[in-house]
Amino acid sequence: MDIRLEKLTKVFQDKGDASQQVRAVDELDITIPSGKLIGLLGPSGCGKSTTLYMIAGLLKPTSGKIFFDDEDVTELPPEKRGIGLVFQNYALYPHMTVLQNILFPLQNLKVPKQEALERAQKVADLVDIGTLLNRKPKQLSGGQQQRVAIARALVKEPRVLLLDEPLSNLDARLRLQTREEIKRIQRETGITTIFVTHDQEEAMSISDEIVVMKTGLEQQKGAPQEVYNNPVNKFVAKFLGTPPINLFFGKVENKGLYIGDEKIGDSELENQDVIVGIRPEGFEVNDEGTGEFTIDIEQVEYIGRDKSIVGRNPYSENPTFRFIIDSDIKNVEPGKQIKATIKKNKCFVFDKITESRIQ
Amino acid sequence: MEVKQSQWKAWLYLAPTIILMIVFTFYPLVNTFITAFKENYNYFSGEYSGIGLGNFEILFVRSDVNPDMNFINIYLKNTALIAVVSVPISIALALIIAVALNSIPKFQKVLQTIFFLPYVTNTIAIGMVFAVMFDDKSGLVNTLVQMFGGDPIKWLGSDLGTAPYVNSLAVLLIYIVWDALPFKILLFLSSLQGIDKQYYQAAQIDGTSKLRTFGRITVPLLSPQIVYLMITSFIGAFKEYNSVISIFDNARPYGYQQNTMATIVWYIYDSLKRVDGGVGRAAAGAVVLFVIIMIITAIQSQVSKRFVHY
Ligand SMILES: Nc1ncnc2c1ncn2[C@@H]1O[C@H](COP(=O)(O)OP(=O)(O)OP(=O)(O)O)[C@@H](O)[C@H]1O
Ligand SMILES: [Mg+2]
Repeated sequence: MDIRLEKLTKVFQDKGDASQQVRAVDELDITIPSGKLIGLLGPSGCGKSTTLYMIAGLLKPTSGKIFFDDEDVTELPPEKRGIGLVFQNYALYPHMTVLQNILFPLQNLKVPKQEALERAQKVADLVDIGTLLNRKPKQLSGGQQQRVAIARALVKEPRVLLLDEPLSNLDARLRLQTREEIKRIQRETGITTIFVTHDQEEAMSISDEIVVMKTGLEQQKGAPQEVYNNPVNKFVAKFLGTPPINLFFGKVENKGLYIGDEKIGDSELENQDVIVGIRPEGFEVNDEGTGEFTIDIEQVEYIGRDKSIVGRNPYSENPTFRFIIDSDIKNVEPGKQIKATIKKNKCFVFDKITESRIQ
Repeated sequence: MEVKQSQWKAWLYLAPTIILMIVFTFYPLVNTFITAFKENYNYFSGEYSGIGLGNFEILFVRSDVNPDMNFINIYLKNTALIAVVSVPISIALALIIAVALNSIPKFQKVLQTIFFLPYVTNTIAIGMVFAVMFDDKSGLVNTLVQMFGGDPIKWLGSDLGTAPYVNSLAVLLIYIVWDALPFKILLFLSSLQGIDKQYYQAAQIDGTSKLRTFGRITVPLLSPQIVYLMITSFIGAFKEYNSVISIFDNARPYGYQQNTMATIVWYIYDSLKRVDGGVGRAAAGAVVLFVIIMIITAIQSQVSKRFVHY
């Protein structure tokens, strides 16, 4: 089932002071294709949860519409929408066992007992908690609780599965493992899924498509790699990728792209000041240290087959910047000055004022 | 060496509390137990006729107040009725009112104030108001009854005659429940506001009815508070005294009902007033009350282990 958001808007009004408004979600237009896993991505407070709660029906939109396929569900109460929601802290009923938690939605639907038990067992096996059914949530690890929450959301066979930062309470390893599992469960069930996170790596690794949001506004939508390779503006470019993109004050002069006096590439643009963004993997360094872009090396870290280097350049937005090169490259040591060549497809040019990408 | 010194300091800091507790709690406690066995004990002269179970015999077998009134058919019966009826009713009512208050956004503050009024008002004063309201001849309640064409009901007894036991008990119970509500509502309200909203949102998404949400989510999540109130209210109910005095003592000069509504603590106070051996009998009553409360609390804390869900 597709989900379509049409100019979805939510304005929070301050109770005491009517002039105080927060546009938590601003005219969001998104179509989520059937059976896909979409990552809703953005910094804290950008309106991700608000969007999710509106889709769930827990919050009423200020304006705009929500469609499930061609059905307008904007006015439909939550229980009629057929959604499964996994909360950030799972919201498992603490006084019920795992089995009772999973059965709870089915009892509301008056599913016969025998059938309910069979269905509960089936989803429990799917998320691999079939042996924990008699425990209370307190007796489970974070990852297990999270899977119980997913089982509870899935057991009523929802049309849509909504996950609100479900991995934020887990440690790094469990997080990695559980996100693979979410991906697998989603594939096996084929349920249209929206996954909210502010962790770009998480979103990129499991989503079929990501939607990047900022202060209630959609910035860009597309396949993760596509968005990474072709960010539409400085915000998206900065938000995606670890280590983050490096930004420099640059200019365009006579069809050349300059950082300081050094020409690092070509440009079709008019003469103007610009912001140049270069991905950490966009620096090419050879053993002789020749190239067109000067870097003072401050620190070298070995991370497996790569070297991560902290360098300085007077035109960097931040005092230092970080880039990654092959660990075989010689003569790269702290204190040395080298030159690098900038890879064309890893270098983006942004308008200085609007911050949108112009090259 | 250092350990010893810090221990010494610890004792010093504890001393005021310990001394006060010895003087006002432990000594009276032990003394009460001893006094309970002193027959015909005269508090002022310190004389007594012997050590034995005489005070308990008076308590259980033959009352000195009235031959028909003994511990079991008056004091224990009244006290137990008060506990068994008023505690569950007041807890259930408080829970319902708290949930209702919690779900009304408007007027919540005003309604809260109304419900908390008894909490800040003197118990005796409220009892006097009840006594006036339920007065057999000119009370507000009987005026209303007559307005709707009924015959005046004997609630508290007057010179027209004594009132039926159940009527007096009803007035007493209404008063006790009403007086007990505010604290319980307050406790439930604050606990309700501490429950994570997401449980309710999760329930809402799963299409849980209001009643089921109350029964399957709210009540279990409040079970620790419910058990706490059960235990403390039962103990409180067994010590009920003020209410009886303030409602029925006021009905004097008639005073017809007072003895039939008497509770265990009432017996204790009443005995204290009697010079010859009264203190011993009061002590015996206190010992019996102590034992009863201990047994009930032990049973309750066992039962509650099953009821509290987490
Ligand atoms: N009930 C509310 N009343 C007023 N403002 C609110 C309310 N809920 C959210 N907001 C505001 O709306 C904006 C978006 O909030 P939202 O919870 O959707 O953020 P988010 O993207 O989920 O952030 P996070 O990653 O921290 O969870 C925030 O600025 C927040 O302060
Ligand atoms: Mg959020």
